[in-house]
Amino acid sequence: MVDRIFPDSSRFKRIVRGKIRENLKRYISRGELIARQGKSIVSVPLPQIEIPTFRYGKDEQGGVGQGPGEEGTAIGAQDGEGGAGAGNMPGEHILEVDVTLEELAEILGEELSLPAITPKGNKDIFTVKDRYTGIHRAGPESLRHFKRTYKQALRRQLQLGTYNAGRPIILPAREDRRYRSWKTQKLPESNAVIIYMMDVSGSMGNEQKEIVRIESFWIDTWLRSQYRHIDTRYIIHDAAARVVDSHTFFHVRESGGTKISSAYKLAREVIDKEFPPDQWNIYLLHFSDGDNWGGDDTSMCMELLRNELLPCCNLFCYGQVKSAYGSGQFIKELASGFPEDPKVVLSEINSRDEILGSIKTFLGKGR
Amino acid sequence: MTKQRAPGLRHDARSLPRELQEIKQRIRGYALEYGLDFFEVMFEMVDYDEMNMIAAYDGFPTRYPHWRFGMKYEELQKSYSYGLAKIYELVINNNPCYAYLMRNNPLVDQKLVMAHVYAHSDFFKNNAWFASTNRKMVDEVANHGTRVRRYIDLYGQDEVENFVDVCLSLENLIDIHSPYFSPEREQTEEQQERARLDVQGTKFKSKPYMEAFINPPEALEREKKQRLAQLAKFERFPQRPERDILAFLTKHAPLKRWQRDILDIVREEAYYFAPQRMTKIMNEGWASYWHSKIMTSRALDDSEIIEYADHHSGTLGARPGVLNPYKVGIELFRDIEDRWNRGRFGPEYDDCDNYLRKKSWDRNLGIGRDKIFQVRKIYNDITFIDEFFTEEFCAEQELFTFRFERQSGQYLIDSRQFREVKSKLLDSLANFGQPVIRLDDGNFKNRGELHLVHEFSGAPLKLDYARAAMENLYKLWTRAVHVETTVDGKKKLLSYNGSRHEERLLT
Repeated sequence: MVDRIFPDSSRFKRIVRGKIRENLKRYISRGELIARQGKSIVSVPLPQIEIPTFRYGKDEQGGVGQGPGEEGTAIGAQDGEGGAGAGNMPGEHILEVDVTLEELAEILGEELSLPAITPKGNKDIFTVKDRYTGIHRAGPESLRHFKRTYKQALRRQLQLGTYNAGRPIILPAREDRRYRSWKTQKLPESNAVIIYMMDVSGSMGNEQKEIVRIESFWIDTWLRSQYRHIDTRYIIHDAAARVVDSHTFFHVRESGGTKISSAYKLAREVIDKEFPPDQWNIYLLHFSDGDNWGGDDTSMCMELLRNELLPCCNLFCYGQVKSAYGSGQFIKELASGFPEDPKVVLSEINSRDEILGSIKTFLGKGR
Repeated sequence: MTKQRAPGLRHDARSLPRELQEIKQRIRGYALEYGLDFFEVMFEMVDYDEMNMIAAYDGFPTRYPHWRFGMKYEELQKSYSYGLAKIYELVINNNPCYAYLMRNNPLVDQKLVMAHVYAHSDFFKNNAWFASTNRKMVDEVANHGTRVRRYIDLYGQDEVENFVDVCLSLENLIDIHSPYFSPEREQTEEQQERARLDVQGTKFKSKPYMEAFINPPEALEREKKQRLAQLAKFERFPQRPERDILAFLTKHAPLKRWQRDILDIVREEAYYFAPQRMTKIMNEGWASYWHSKIMTSRALDDSEIIEYADHHSGTLGARPGVLNPYKVGIELFRDIEDRWNRGRFGPEYDDCDNYLRKKSWDRNLGIGRDKIFQVRKIYNDITFIDEFFTEEFCAEQELFTFRFERQSGQYLIDSRQFREVKSKLLDSLANFGQPVIRLDDGNFKNRGELHLVHEFSGAPLKLDYARAAMENLYKLWTRAVHVETTVDGKKKLLSYNGSRHEERLLT
């Protein structure tokens, strides 16, 4: 009965998806979806999905209300409809639609035409899962299948002729009992880890961090839609590096010099300790304003990348955020250091509007 | 039984359990005793998601497919699951009336809803404004659904749905009063043709020397002018300004047959729902009056009284910024009953200026009940408020007007003056709170363009919506569309020519 509405509500959802796609750039550059993230859904505010008619602007109109209060007293907000029952006056409100993160990733993928990622060949790793697929004659009482048991009893009574249609009492006997049984299945598993690294030296301001935050959110959303399981690690560095939680990662403000090599070293340690590269798809994301402390450190970075990090990771993304202080030298060094390496992706993000393009650059390779 | 089943509904699971059937019979009996005269009511039990679905389709599960019903359903589902809103009752103006009961409501609510629904049914049957609605709307809507589905099969979902969007965008351009009178006939082509030939003044027979006296040239000239003016009037298109713009478009816009049919469907449904919007306060007031009367004097068990009072007051609760039609309606009906019981009306009462005498005024007429039955028969919200909304009532109910203050972004209580409250209230009810827009000229500038006029009454149009609606109007008419309206106190002509919007100051 209710399924009558399903075609209509799926039409509506399709329209919603279209709207989200249309406005994706705006959502991304404003970062407004991030605050709206629940556990697995995001509620997206949609502008005008109503059918436009000739009508009054609500603000101008005013109206009549009921209740105590002096003239000039402010009254509560106007949204919603009064009373119980089906209201039929059109309310005017921004529609909020819940979208799962997967759907959001899908929309992002469609919009940027991102290729699906082919996970590294880790076909020997399996997860084991029990699935209840069969019926057995023996088993624990907690797994008793009531319907089948009942059916079996009914069948037996019919066969024995003890079934009385006038007084249909079915008594399952011991041999009627049926139990659910399970099979253990092996599922190939691919794991991924994203290691975020960010330069938090004095030159990275709030706006720069906001950009990093927004971009990380979307990359995270996309990669999560591609892997069953994703781990994340956060590393911040100025002259020294440390592993932090995500809150600290996005909110901390440090000052001091910049030694990028410290972060790379720490990343290597984390990988060695927790994520053996033959079993994990490893993504390294590094954001900085491109100002490193000195030529020595930069060449050390190149060294670390070439020998330690690149061989074991799927992708190394370097996003350079423009800041008032940074010289922006580092991206040039990387570009000349790894001109042909498909694992190295570089992107300059000068403002929020460029986030979308940068995401496309990072994820466009399908690695 | 099958005859009484709403189409598309499985009956077995939904018919009332015996207990409720008995209650239904009891409540029906009480309603008859009180003199309510209703269409028979078919109650069906539904779960909350079915209820939301039916509500999303405005009561008609067999309605034509359209995404906005899906949107409404999602919205209702969400607000139900967050505990923000719950639909208690849903009743359809049809003969027989269909009403839905929520399966998980407690018994006392079911009683309340039944009593409420019988009064709605009485209102549908007797109120004059409903007289022209289709009482077999359930069937009609199902037919609409079938037709639209067929068009979808023939022309594709997107094509049809986009067209429905366009029609819905103009849905409110109807003349809500047109069902109640038949307008003067338009002149036929033939009549116009004859009038065109016959513009000379009437000449009487005369001898040549009397000619100047019997047929004075100035009189002939005057008559000719009059006839020409008359002719010019009838040569306008449409001959007089048209409020039912949808009808005009159905007749004259260059549409394909299926498009014309869909436009007609949208128009028909808009007219069907119009009386419900014209009598929201009265209808809900009437139903609340009777559920309260029936419940408190007859149907309630002692044990149910608290629960009933709780739900009743929930329904009638007033929130500061919102006018609750249930509340205003029931109070006004009670006020009328009281006034007519005590004879507090007529010139004698109105002219009395002694406060104490007026307060204790009682002529023991006892005709209150008859009066409210009469009121429910012939009034609609506007005339109801206009006639019975008194200064005393306004003060007693603590009504006020509010306005939006830009600086603070808040709504403020503006005034408690009786005159202002009443005029604002009437304003908001006029044309159900929709702007009045008429079509003045279908051949504007002699280029077949549409010229619409918004009859400005103080509140400006929401311009972005108006522009979008104009674009939709253009899609139907395929020539430029102009709307005369007032923006920031200045008369303006908004135009859309198919590619861009323009606006021009009118002087």
